[in-house]
Amino acid sequence: MNMLVKDEAGARRLLSGDEAIARAVWEAGTRVAAGYPGTPATEILESLAQYPDLHTQWSVNEKVAFEVALGASMAGARAFCAMKHVGLNVASDPLMTVTLTGALGGLVVAVADDVGQSSSQNEQDSRYWGRFAHLPILEPADSQEAYEMTKRAFELSEQFETLVIVRLTTRVCHVKALVTLGAREERKVPGFAINPARWVMVPGNAKKRVPLQLEREKKLAAFAESYDLTVEEAGDDRRAGFVVSGPAYLHLREAFPNAPLIKLGLSYPLPLGRIRALAATVGKLVVVEETEPLIETELRAAGLAVHGKDILPRIGELTADIIAPPIRALIGEPEPPKAETLPPAPAVFPRPPTLCAACPHIGVFHTLFAMRKKVVIMGDIGCYTLGAGHPWHALDSCISMGAAVGMALGIDKAGGASDARKAVLAVMGDSTFLHMGMQGLLNIVYNRGNVTTLILDNRTTGMTGGQNHPGTGHEIHGEEAPRVDFARLCEALGVKKERIRLVDPYDLNGLFRTIRDEIKVPEPSVVITNQPCTLIREFVRREPHQVLEDKCTGCGSCMDLGCPAITVRERVEKTDYAGRPYEATYTRIDARACTGCTMCVAACNHGAIVPVAGAKAAGSCC
Amino acid sequence: MNALPSLNILVCGIGGQGVMTAAEILAQAAIDHGFDVKKTEIAGMAQRGGVVTSHVRIGPRVLSPVIAPGTADLLAGFEVAEALRWSDQVRPGGRIVVNTQQLVPPVVTGGLFSYPEEPLAQLRAPGVAVTAVDAADIAAALGDRRLSNSVMLGAMADALPFPAEALEEKIVARFQAKKPELAALNRQAFAAGRKASSQG
Repeated sequence: MNMLVKDEAGARRLLSGDEAIARAVWEAGTRVAAGYPGTPATEILESLAQYPDLHTQWSVNEKVAFEVALGASMAGARAFCAMKHVGLNVASDPLMTVTLTGALGGLVVAVADDVGQSSSQNEQDSRYWGRFAHLPILEPADSQEAYEMTKRAFELSEQFETLVIVRLTTRVCHVKALVTLGAREERKVPGFAINPARWVMVPGNAKKRVPLQLEREKKLAAFAESYDLTVEEAGDDRRAGFVVSGPAYLHLREAFPNAPLIKLGLSYPLPLGRIRALAATVGKLVVVEETEPLIETELRAAGLAVHGKDILPRIGELTADIIAPPIRALIGEPEPPKAETLPPAPAVFPRPPTLCAACPHIGVFHTLFAMRKKVVIMGDIGCYTLGAGHPWHALDSCISMGAAVGMALGIDKAGGASDARKAVLAVMGDSTFLHMGMQGLLNIVYNRGNVTTLILDNRTTGMTGGQNHPGTGHEIHGEEAPRVDFARLCEALGVKKERIRLVDPYDLNGLFRTIRDEIKVPEPSVVITNQPCTLIREFVRREPHQVLEDKCTGCGSCMDLGCPAITVRERVEKTDYAGRPYEATYTRIDARACTGCTMCVAACNHGAIVPVAGAKAAGSCC
Repeated sequence: MNALPSLNILVCGIGGQGVMTAAEILAQAAIDHGFDVKKTEIAGMAQRGGVVTSHVRIGPRVLSPVIAPGTADLLAGFEVAEALRWSDQVRPGGRIVVNTQQLVPPVVTGGLFSYPEEPLAQLRAPGVAVTAVDAADIAAALGDRRLSNSVMLGAMADALPFPAEALEEKIVARFQAKKPELAALNRQAFAAGRKASSQG
């Protein structure tokens, strides 16, 4: 159990924004919490799973997670779901109708925008959902606020019978700061009451609720004028006053400690009256928001003269050093003498993320690289996206969860000239397949597509740190759970039994033959790999291997695998039989990193890679 | 409400080295001494083998969690090329504590890039105090490479706004709770790092 549960009310703890939200959700007496892993929101549910007295789950995708939370709210329970920004896109279908039904038990969704794009395929501003769906948005700046606002979000949800969005950014989720804890509140769950006018959104019922939705929005706007999560801070320097939300507040305060401002805790709907009052007392009104000019645009529409994205960046984080110079220029303050800094550091090589030693994906991308000219490879979202990088260059797309199968069918049906002699592959992981890949595979079968789908089943959600899903046999707490059988699932979707192949990705020859055979057959086929992620419990380390110096010819074939345990021992300029110069690459294996997967044994044509005599399997990784 | 001066510590290294854990221990020790703390990191996709930095800001009240460019008071580099990568984040008059261990990535062994020549010499810029410690070597001599984290914390312990012993007790307490058999060894590693820093 989480040590935090034992902490008494009033204790102060160093918590990340994610952990602070989990604590708040638990204290609010929430009964059901659901989500799907996604950076930077993953740790919210992971942390919440350690608390007692509520049901916490990994759902198969964000839409399902949202609907699970919604159902609990309909039964009168407080309910919560968490996801990253692109996850809310997936959940947006129910979102856009929940705004009509509203919530019963407090219903809160925490959505984490990856401002700065540290680990996402795009940078989008989830605050648009508030405008789009007429829903209130709370924006905390740090862990303490994330904790307080999440608790208050449940109250707000019940007061206005609406879903409330808590909008986070990476710089809230992953910053640790002190949080003062409270106690859990126990709440009764009345149960679901049949009410078709409220919950059955056929047009006749839904039409009646559209005006209610707009009325609620008006009431929230009026409420915003006195809501205490939005605060005015006085300041002597009235050359500029600021309207600010989220973590940008902290950066702004650091850069302009004496400026008057209004910090929007409830950042939608806007408290126009309070903002007008500030505007009347300052020289210029400046909006500081990450990332899109949403507040700014609304203020301008309301007739206020404001600055915002005309002087500040529309992309990435608004740190103090980024916002200070343009704002100083605006108010006519000369730049302070530049603080002395050290000369620029010399350029240092990059350390791009890479697949782990013995990662089963290495075998797959090594094999696909060997077929590179004969295949189009639609990719997806997970560790295996790294297959697009060096040295494999064997992944041709990454768009959204489960997209590989749909795009592969599209390429197949487009019948492009350069693709005529190529096979089309879709590559995705186990968790991604269950998230949104199944439907695409069904669609391939139904529409008689000629696509070979590779399901890289490593029995975990790898990229986000190893979360369970229905294919792992365990649930969020690590307890046993029913485990889906991928082969039978694919068969049920209509793929012929003989076209579903299970293969060991460490067996490079077998893997090559299997994929080669399946891409030749002009009908839907599926290849499922079966080695676990090296970072999970199911992975078994075997004896490390070594390169025999006297047998290594310097051909470099083992380097092409891309295993980080294989490194260069020596490079030597040589000439081949025809007198042409080439560089021989003699290699060695880092015995501490090697786990004996033996992929490199198959990659070596000279029998130079053998087990380290007498070595035991290496200990657990540092 | 004035932004009060904070002590800025930038911890850098490679995913898996324990950069975040070290930063967490620093932050906890500072809290115990009544300071406000914010700690932030960027790891992103670079969980394994990628660049990791952690910002720890300690002060009476910390606002932004981000250390502004060129204003770190202390740079703790868990790998020497990584210390070099971030070396211009140190303010003039600041300090660098560096583990001289070299971790060479596949892009270097593969011949695409080269490892910086004499990285330690390049770190020794005028106006910056550099403490070099072979933490991996010291840890190995104590019997476990994983002790290098405690060696590094020991090496930076005398450059903090609270007593070195407070940091030491935080480390020991952490191991007492999780792996009591390693508590004494980590105390030794901390002491060895502290001693090495006074000589480096």
